[in-house]
Amino acid sequence: MASWPVLSVTVFLPLVGALLIMMLRTEDEAVKSNARWIALWTTVITFAVSLVMVWRFDPGSAEFQFVEQQPWLAGTIKYHVGVDGISLPFVILTTALMPLCILASWKPIQRRVKEYMIAFLVLETMMTGTFAALDVVVFYLFFEGGLIPMFLIIGVWGGPRRVYASFKFFLYTLLGSVLMLLAIMAMYGEAGTTDIPTLLDHDFPRNLQTWAWLAFFASFAVKMPMWPVHTWLPDAHVEAPTAGSVILAAVLLKMGGYGFLRFSLPMFPDASEYFAPMVFVLSVVAIIYTSLVALMQEDVKKLIAYSSVAHMGFVTMGIFAGNTQGVAGSVFQMISHGIVSGALFLCVGVIYDRMHTREIAAYGGLVNRMPVYATIFMIFTLANVGLPGTSGFIGEFLTLMGTFRVNTWVAFFASFGIILSACYALWLYRKVVLGVLDKPSLAAIRDVEPREILIFAPLLVLTIWFGVYPKPVLDMSAASVTALVQNYHDALATPKAFALERSSVPK
Amino acid sequence: MYQAIVFLPLLGFVIAAAIAIVGARTLHPGGYPEPGDDHAHAEPHAGHAAVHAPHDDHHHASEPAAPGSRPAEVITTTLLFVSMALSWIAFARIGFGGQEVREAIAPFIFSGDLKVDWALRIDSLTAVMLVVVTTVSALVHLYSIGYMVDDPDRPRFFGYLSLFTFAMLMLVTADNLVQLFFGWEGVGLASYLLIGFWYKKPSANAAAIKAFVVNRVGDFGFLLGIFGVFVATGAVDFDTIFAQAPSLTGKTMHFLSWDLDTLTVICLLLFMGAMGKSAQFLLHTWLPDAMEGPTPVSALIHAATMVTAGVFMVARLSPLFELSPTALAFVTFIGATTALFAATIGLVQNDIKRIVAYSTCSQLGYMFVAMGVGAYSVGMYHLFTHAFFKALLFLGCGSVIVAMHHEQDIRQMGGLRHRIPFTYYTMVIGTLALTGFPLTAGYFSKDAIIEAAFASDHAGHNPMALYAFVCTVVAAGLTAFYSWRLVFKTFHGRPHDQKHYEQAHESPLAMLIPLGALAVGSFLAGLPFLDAFVGHGAKEFFRGSLVVSGILDEMHHIPEAISYVPTVMMVGGFAVAWLFYLRNPKIPRALAKALWPVYQFLLNKWYFDELYDRIFVRPAMWLGRTLWKQGDGTVIDGLGPDGISARVVDVTRNVIRLQTGYLYHYAFAMLIGVAAFVTWFMLGGLK
Repeated sequence: MASWPVLSVTVFLPLVGALLIMMLRTEDEAVKSNARWIALWTTVITFAVSLVMVWRFDPGSAEFQFVEQQPWLAGTIKYHVGVDGISLPFVILTTALMPLCILASWKPIQRRVKEYMIAFLVLETMMTGTFAALDVVVFYLFFEGGLIPMFLIIGVWGGPRRVYASFKFFLYTLLGSVLMLLAIMAMYGEAGTTDIPTLLDHDFPRNLQTWAWLAFFASFAVKMPMWPVHTWLPDAHVEAPTAGSVILAAVLLKMGGYGFLRFSLPMFPDASEYFAPMVFVLSVVAIIYTSLVALMQEDVKKLIAYSSVAHMGFVTMGIFAGNTQGVAGSVFQMISHGIVSGALFLCVGVIYDRMHTREIAAYGGLVNRMPVYATIFMIFTLANVGLPGTSGFIGEFLTLMGTFRVNTWVAFFASFGIILSACYALWLYRKVVLGVLDKPSLAAIRDVEPREILIFAPLLVLTIWFGVYPKPVLDMSAASVTALVQNYHDALATPKAFALERSSVPK
Repeated sequence: MYQAIVFLPLLGFVIAAAIAIVGARTLHPGGYPEPGDDHAHAEPHAGHAAVHAPHDDHHHASEPAAPGSRPAEVITTTLLFVSMALSWIAFARIGFGGQEVREAIAPFIFSGDLKVDWALRIDSLTAVMLVVVTTVSALVHLYSIGYMVDDPDRPRFFGYLSLFTFAMLMLVTADNLVQLFFGWEGVGLASYLLIGFWYKKPSANAAAIKAFVVNRVGDFGFLLGIFGVFVATGAVDFDTIFAQAPSLTGKTMHFLSWDLDTLTVICLLLFMGAMGKSAQFLLHTWLPDAMEGPTPVSALIHAATMVTAGVFMVARLSPLFELSPTALAFVTFIGATTALFAATIGLVQNDIKRIVAYSTCSQLGYMFVAMGVGAYSVGMYHLFTHAFFKALLFLGCGSVIVAMHHEQDIRQMGGLRHRIPFTYYTMVIGTLALTGFPLTAGYFSKDAIIEAAFASDHAGHNPMALYAFVCTVVAAGLTAFYSWRLVFKTFHGRPHDQKHYEQAHESPLAMLIPLGALAVGSFLAGLPFLDAFVGHGAKEFFRGSLVVSGILDEMHHIPEAISYVPTVMMVGGFAVAWLFYLRNPKIPRALAKALWPVYQFLLNKWYFDELYDRIFVRPAMWLGRTLWKQGDGTVIDGLGPDGISARVVDVTRNVIRLQTGYLYHYAFAMLIGVAAFVTWFMLGGLK
């Protein structure tokens, strides 16, 4: 088979779609419809192309695959992309969710449809690019470039407080970005290259590791988001349109976790180990704190947003446990959370599109008129709770197990999350779906329509399939995770030997 | 065949769920609300539940049945009966034929050195549970056809029942701790769904969430226990764990900040899960509330099967528990406390189902006492017999409730033996078995537990054994009292609600057949299996599927008098109940008045709900609100983005103030600047 640049096609195909939509003139019904169809077909084809990578991917190898290199800027910065077992799942997650997001925006978005679709397609390129980049500068461009369309999606198509939300979103992420850029320059100064595979093998001095780690941490922790820099997320979610929330929760948050796995752990192993206790504390605080806060929310989207923060706490905890179960569990948890939280935001979207309110108190008894919706929402609620048999369980189980091997206190406190998640998730379900339908405003509400069922069906299948048979995801990432963990421990072992020698020298 | 036993109920669930969803979809088409939609369709649903009395089980009586109700019932029930038949064959083959089986199905979680398979493990212990689960479940399916006849949501109900059965079967056939946990949470889910089956009732929804959350508290320990096992042994499958267990004795493990005995830590953590699932002392509060669910559910889940999962777990892990005397002492303590504590509450309750629920709680305590003193097979014996007579009692209650038009307060009943004689006789049989009347099933199993506790104390194995002996003996008397109180107040005396009494009628055949079958079981489950569970045949019957220790031999050498103690207590309890409720009904009223605080204390269930509300629920909510408003709002946002933007605005305001527009201000500033610059230059020049 002739080797065509399948990865680059995946990354840039959405831009082609965006260009096509840009050529459309004016804004009447026909144009809106064309824009939607172009966006849908673009994302579907992109997804199909990305599946080719799954087909051809060699899960036994920890190396980067589908690698493409082109000299680009100033001789050192190259256009260099490729995927390994850690990044490929995220690429697939992104391409798989995009068509669903376009479908979810089909009816709700009626204003500036062209621009909306363009923003989403550009966003898709930025996200897949982030996961595929193998050059720090390319990574940075994609990583930060993704902010702009998201900023616009919230700021233009968002709710009433969209300006405040997008400002907060921007302020937080910008702070992290500046520091990350400084760290990238320092790394270039040290290693003389911006090539990620080369940097992965580079042995950074301890001092630089600490500062670079902190700088990257600032950026990734905001993206995750970790406590205490999480407060932008509930606001951003609440104001974003449904599809924006889905992408935000499902993919953008994962960039932080991916960054930890791609940069912090392998490039700065000593600093990672040094700061691991801090990450553990922040993760545990995130899990308990945000779960408690979620209990008291009055807004459906805010509750799910807070629950996202709690779930991301498991991810950071697992990553810095630094063992196979922890890291593999984190990757799995991120994929699973991408599916489940995305689906939950879609569930909120369904009732928001009908009633135009997100207030929990405005609902109640929906099951009486929306039995299919109630069933769908139940399954995703259970996945959010981490019930065995849904994908939510596997990630939580593995990350907790990985952490337990390192630090029982952390695992102990983090396990409170499984109690609290049951409290807030079931409480939400009860308030919204169960009970008597006695609110007059809801009396005419209708169940999900076929378009919505079409959106939920693949997510439902994946949630249960990965819950019962998580092997596809675990196997895809296994080799890379093992290599990552192995290198991490090797790297930790080497400087420690030095340290021992030095300390054994009499003063 | 074994896969068929487990997966037929799953098939039933899938079919029933499909029928339920398709049926619901035809009634409620999808789409956006349109101007044409008016309130007409929603009206029959709205405000319906509030009108009915709290005890009314059937809110939906006026609604039409969901399409496909009959096929859903027939399919799920038939599949369950097939599963039951296969289970009895398996029981004969494995228990008495000695063919143990392990069938791998598929890989589950493989990550690094963690390897978890989906696999079925069928040994004698599992075979006992298979029989219990499928038999009770099949009978309850059949019973529900009669009981739920007016309910419009039957496909959903039968789907849930089958889902529960599947999860329970996955639990008992688990080959490793993770699969056990899958079944464990699966039955928790089914329990949640079934308790909240009548979702229009706020109390049912609250009870469902409570059950799930309290169970999650137990599961918190269970999960940590699984991690502990994995760290200690490097595996989660039973064969490896049990092979490694002896080498762990005396080893310590760093848990939290302490180095503790590995096996004790692991066993106590795992036992926490068992406490939640089996509603043991401190984690028992969900079980009485779970009675909000339909009565067949109470019989199946909250009496015969799911709540015994904790007992099963300890039996399954007996090779671990056996090596940790501390953990065993704790198990004994909790079991004994629960046995007595729940029985005291049962004395004064008036809701017919809650009395039986507390009785269940108490009997589960008995089973844990048996586990704790090392008589695992005896505990399993009581689990086995209890499943029959307790399911019988619950289904009998259901029959009474139907006859009384959903009245559950025993103070409103009386004299019903003339109206529903078949229910009466079967319930008497159940009560005889529960109280341990000679030759009934409960007689053999319960007395064996009390004897085991005594023997254990006698041999000095377990520091809690004497406590357990005293508690179980006292509880035996209390059990007899509250059980007969229930029977006397319900079936004897004069009717208190004449109208309901007049209309009371015997239940349909679909309900009576299970009652009869379970009544037979309440006799036959006893003596024929005595040797296999308690006698010398135990070792041969269980063959290593659980630990059969020397306690069984020691039980045969206890003083003759001890073996009569439970029977004496039983007679005593009966006599007091007879005196109080048939002979002279004034006594209990006078007694309640004389001991008012004690009566209130028991009636309010030792105030556990209030206590937990104070120390857990309200602080959690307060903390949530505070962290949200103060933590996120004032501190983080205040110092973070909002604060920064406010400071930026402040600074700009001040900068604006500098720009006054007066020339002499600018000239003055310039002058100062020049002066400062010159000064600095001169000082620098001096250097």
